[in-house]
Amino acid sequence: MTEASLSDLSPVHAQPALWSDYVALLKPRVMSLVVFTGLTGLVCADTPMNPVMAAIAVLCIAVGAGASGALNMAYDGDIDARMRRTRARPVAAGRIKAGEAAAFGVVLSLFSVMLMGLAVNLLAAGLLLFTILFYAVVYTMGLKRRTPQNIVIGGAAGALPPVIGWAAATGHAPLDAWLLFAIIFMWTPPHFWALALNTGEDYARAGVPMMPVVKGARSTRLQILIYSLILVPLATAPVFTRLGHMLYAAVAFGGGAAFLILAFRLYRSRAGERAEAGPDGLYSVKPGAKEARDLFAYSILYLTLLFAALLAEHAGGLLR
Amino acid sequence: MREPDPFNEGLDAAKARKMRSLMIVLGLLAFIVLIFVVTLIKLSANLPHVVPQTS
Repeated sequence: MTEASLSDLSPVHAQPALWSDYVALLKPRVMSLVVFTGLTGLVCADTPMNPVMAAIAVLCIAVGAGASGALNMAYDGDIDARMRRTRARPVAAGRIKAGEAAAFGVVLSLFSVMLMGLAVNLLAAGLLLFTILFYAVVYTMGLKRRTPQNIVIGGAAGALPPVIGWAAATGHAPLDAWLLFAIIFMWTPPHFWALALNTGEDYARAGVPMMPVVKGARSTRLQILIYSLILVPLATAPVFTRLGHMLYAAVAFGGGAAFLILAFRLYRSRAGERAEAGPDGLYSVKPGAKEARDLFAYSILYLTLLFAALLAEHAGGLLR
Repeated sequence: MREPDPFNEGLDAAKARKMRSLMIVLGLLAFIVLIFVVTLIKLSANLPHVVPQTS
């Protein structure tokens, strides 16, 4: 038998797992926001720190966040496969087995927490471990499939990185660090529900009880407005605790006003409600899709600008 | 010359496995370097307490 015919008989995998699939397991986009907020917490602590140790602390936060993402994808492969937004993920698409993704997540969790404990301090390591467990166990395994409050409570995991960064720099977590936690915590529901209003059918098909699926679009829009009304004043609080200065104040007040306008516009829209047939009956028009999309996109910009302002003020001593 | 395929898994899969193995090696090496650097920094931070000041 020739070499060519032998290779014809071999079991060829349609899509072998590439190393880039393992990078995708880390949810790089989420990781970048986590790194950014964690770094902001570390810099805002205004405590001298060896730059290599600071870089290692940020690396540990990044790897810990990636590990959480891998554990989440390992457990949620069945859900992800049923949703358009997530069906190309490595586990959902069948390129990586759930067990392998879980092992990858556990190993990275251990490395990141261990290195944080050895190199930085035990409080930062403990908070990192708590964040990973909270996201993987409490949110992914517990809340996500059970309650429409899933992303509200689960949002605590995404809100902790600035506290971890602060703890890495100082060894403790003061009120200002928890203020940053609170801002991200209150930002999470309007951000995710604005997205969920446009992807409600996907969540319903996957059996995920997101707020628009369980309580309907109108209730979700009202709750987005209420959370926005709490978030925007809360985001101005660092100005009064002297954590934020002029640049931060400009972003918190100006950007906050724009956030409220978009949230109110979304509330008055029909976003998340059933699509209507177009004038010629050939296509359907999703009412309020633009309003929901606008708030979703702006929410990312708003949080980025808030933390960028803090980073600029504390790193460069701008406008102080 | 054809690439070896010892596990009879197909050439694409073998190539992908090699790349994954390489990434694991690089990751572990990076971890070792990190631990080494952390050790050096921790040790050097403690030096002033060990070596008596000569002034």
